[in-house]
Amino acid sequence: MAHATPGPKARPLSPHLQIWRWGPAMAVSILHRITGNGLAVVGIPMLLWWVSAVAGGPDAYAKFAGWVWADCSNLVWFGGLEFILGALVRIALKIALVGLSWAFFTHLASGIRHFVLDIGAGFELEKNAFWSVVTPILAILLTAAFWAALLLR
Amino acid sequence: MGNGTSIGRVRGLGSAHSGSHHWLMQRFTAVGNVVTTIWFVVSLLLLPNFNFITVHDWLIHPVPAVMLGLMIVTTVWHARLGMQVMIEDYVHDAGAKFAVFAALNLASFGAVGFGLLCVIRLALGA
Repeated sequence: MAHATPGPKARPLSPHLQIWRWGPAMAVSILHRITGNGLAVVGIPMLLWWVSAVAGGPDAYAKFAGWVWADCSNLVWFGGLEFILGALVRIALKIALVGLSWAFFTHLASGIRHFVLDIGAGFELEKNAFWSVVTPILAILLTAAFWAALLLR
Repeated sequence: MGNGTSIGRVRGLGSAHSGSHHWLMQRFTAVGNVVTTIWFVVSLLLLPNFNFITVHDWLIHPVPAVMLGLMIVTTVWHARLGMQVMIEDYVHDAGAKFAVFAALNLASFGAVGFGLLCVIRLALGA
């Protein structure tokens, strides 16, 4: 079967991120990818660490809690490099946990937006831009509400 | 492979070469994620505290143990499919892609196996 020969003219390439004018739809799309892969790479190991700590007994659970949810007003900084590193890792883990909750609500909200788009709805320019802006804001509010409910009860 | 025209040559030759089944599974597992993770978040909010005894006594009951087990399966499955899409977009070399997929599969099976073992161990009170 003869193949049609491509024309001699160089075909235009799809523009890269730095050339594109950013809009809400592409922002929420890349946010969906970042939060999804973040949850996969960081969230699932964290979930497994937690389940295995509960299954492992009180000592394993205390160790998990001591790393992931340390009392940041009571960190031990002195005694050598390992203490400084330990304190920094504890702070990083706490930030990671809060970040994971934000990633979860963001991925959930934009995932539900994808369900709507999958049935062919919500592609009108204004409506699409509106929900692209609303989903990440809604996710931040849900994250704040989640932590408020946890910490203020 | 195609009918000789430019569009015919590229049809079915996206970065993944196929995808309807993958696309559907991504949606089915997403529905599972919505159900199980909302159960998880609401359950966490309903716990009076996060002491070992509280969390342990919650998870040894059959329904929470089954829901947690299902959540591990459906989230890891969904994560595996989602990471595949990212890898297909950014890893172009066929050999490297094969190696990354092999590692991804091992990690996914390992995560589900380890998570389920922990849940079963909890539920059966070992």
